[in-house]
Amino acid sequence: MTTAKSDEVAGQGPAAPATPADRRERERMRRRAARRRGGGWWPYLFLAPWFVGLFGLTIYPMLDSLYLSFTDFDLLSPAKWVGTENYSRMFTDDPVFWDSVHATLLYVVVSVPLKLALALGVAMLLNRDLKGIGLYRAAFYLPSLLGGAVAIAIVWRQVFGGDGLFNDFLGWFGIKGQDWISSPDSALYTLVLLAVWQFGTPMVIFLAGLKQLPKDVYEAAAIDGARPVTRFFRITLPLLTPIVFFNLVLQIIDAFKTFTPAFVISNGTGGPLNSTMLYSLYLYKKGFTDLQMGYASALAWVLFLVIAGFTAVNFVASRYWVHYDD
Amino acid sequence: MSAFTPNASPLNKLRSLTGSRRILVHTLLIGVAIVMLYPLLWMLSSSLKPDTEIFTHPGLIPNKLQPENYSKGWSGSGNSFSLYITNSLIVTIGAVIGNVISCSLAAFAFARLEFRGKKIWFGLMLGTLMLPTQAVLIPQYTIFYNLTWINTYLPLIVPKFLAVDAFFIFLMVQFIRSIPRELDQAAMMDGANPLQIYWKIILPLMKPALITTTIFTFIWTYDDFLHQLVYLQQNDKFTVPLGLTLFLDQTSGSSYGAMFAMSTIALAPTLICFLFFQKRLVEGMATSGMKG
Repeated sequence: MTTAKSDEVAGQGPAAPATPADRRERERMRRRAARRRGGGWWPYLFLAPWFVGLFGLTIYPMLDSLYLSFTDFDLLSPAKWVGTENYSRMFTDDPVFWDSVHATLLYVVVSVPLKLALALGVAMLLNRDLKGIGLYRAAFYLPSLLGGAVAIAIVWRQVFGGDGLFNDFLGWFGIKGQDWISSPDSALYTLVLLAVWQFGTPMVIFLAGLKQLPKDVYEAAAIDGARPVTRFFRITLPLLTPIVFFNLVLQIIDAFKTFTPAFVISNGTGGPLNSTMLYSLYLYKKGFTDLQMGYASALAWVLFLVIAGFTAVNFVASRYWVHYDD
Repeated sequence: MSAFTPNASPLNKLRSLTGSRRILVHTLLIGVAIVMLYPLLWMLSSSLKPDTEIFTHPGLIPNKLQPENYSKGWSGSGNSFSLYITNSLIVTIGAVIGNVISCSLAAFAFARLEFRGKKIWFGLMLGTLMLPTQAVLIPQYTIFYNLTWINTYLPLIVPKFLAVDAFFIFLMVQFIRSIPRELDQAAMMDGANPLQIYWKIILPLMKPALITTTIFTFIWTYDDFLHQLVYLQQNDKFTVPLGLTLFLDQTSGSSYGAMFAMSTIALAPTLICFLFFQKRLVEGMATSGMKG
């Protein structure tokens, strides 16, 4: 039986091979029928929900948000055009905005590299012929699955409280701790630790990548007597750069979006002294607590542009350090 | 997860460790695992301790068991916790059904059908993966506000029927591409239309991807605090995460044990999913990452 190629379904296939005329005729009809079934309006039927979502819940809202960012809007009365006032207020007349930018950048810059380094380190340890690998992998992945929950943030708040678990631990070494949550110098770092605790997702992705590395290169290196450190920096890391890049992009975006733990740990205030006022939390407070939805829309667009900028820089920079073997 | 298969190459010597180093690696891994899981165990043990003991006896074994924390927490935050659990179930079940239907429809079109501008649409779909939800939160809120959907579950469920979670479309496209095309072509020869091919051939074969989608949608929707916080404002509409935040305001009182008890309850569904499906979850995450 003839098996039609996919591009024939699309109607771009080459002419049918020389066959008796009636067979060719049947073939052509069959192909036309296939085109009718696989092409035409069928794809749009399947994509209809997605199209409605894309235009109604993504593209239109993005444009609406852009418009609202130039207005004064409190949901209850119509939006009032104010030009670039929201943006100039943000950059010149809103110290809390800068507090939140500071907290967010610090959070992203500290937590993402630590998280990825730990993920790669543990993945390297697990990439061996050891008993119980599956069990370890599961144990390390679990926090990633639970990490977004309010319950975890509540527990975290108690772990780092004045008489919490963390200070008990420090007590073993004779160190007297403080209330890490209510100190403006340390509150953000409890959030960083919570992010690093969830290194499971990038670890699992690293581990899958490590399993795919070509073995012959390592065999050659082992025969040449390359030491483990050399092997890591000269072979493993360069070959793994596409996955490092993938993890880096996703984790940066994720870190910029962090909301729940900052909300819970500061009980919705972003305190102490705005030290845990992550950007998303500030946006939420402006939009939904203060009902300054025009201003919050401006904040949203700045966040969108910053994330897009970071991602673009990542992609451009990746040309210089990511190694693809084609 | 197939374990590393031993072979007689020099590489094998690299990875199979000698006795003492093997013990060292195990010790290191167990150490990390204990540090990682200790906060969870501490939560569990604190949920069974009297309030006076939680912060004075940091050990994991309570001196005195106080299971009343659970009954106290269950009814202790305005409404009964069973209401919050029911509400969370409504939201998550709706979201799962929506995602499974809408994302598999879109994925089928992207993986199997031909149409104009397919590459551009596909690229746009991947682009929405990177779009932060915060960017569209306010205009979406005004849409649902104008539909008078605030304080209903519709803003949390309806978008899932419109395939807004591009991650799952992507996951399913990857899966469908691994199903041999010969199967649908044979059916097409027999006169099946794309809807029949989708329903009778592709959908049954992509069960693993659908299960992965179900579990991740369940966990992520269940934990999606931001949207629930924004859209649900009445206490009787609260879901589990919102119900838990009520304990935050009470912590001046003596309800720590109850708070830990309800935190444990709140994590139980995710933990149960994890225990049953951990291999599938880990692999779902690994393969989606690999193919990005």
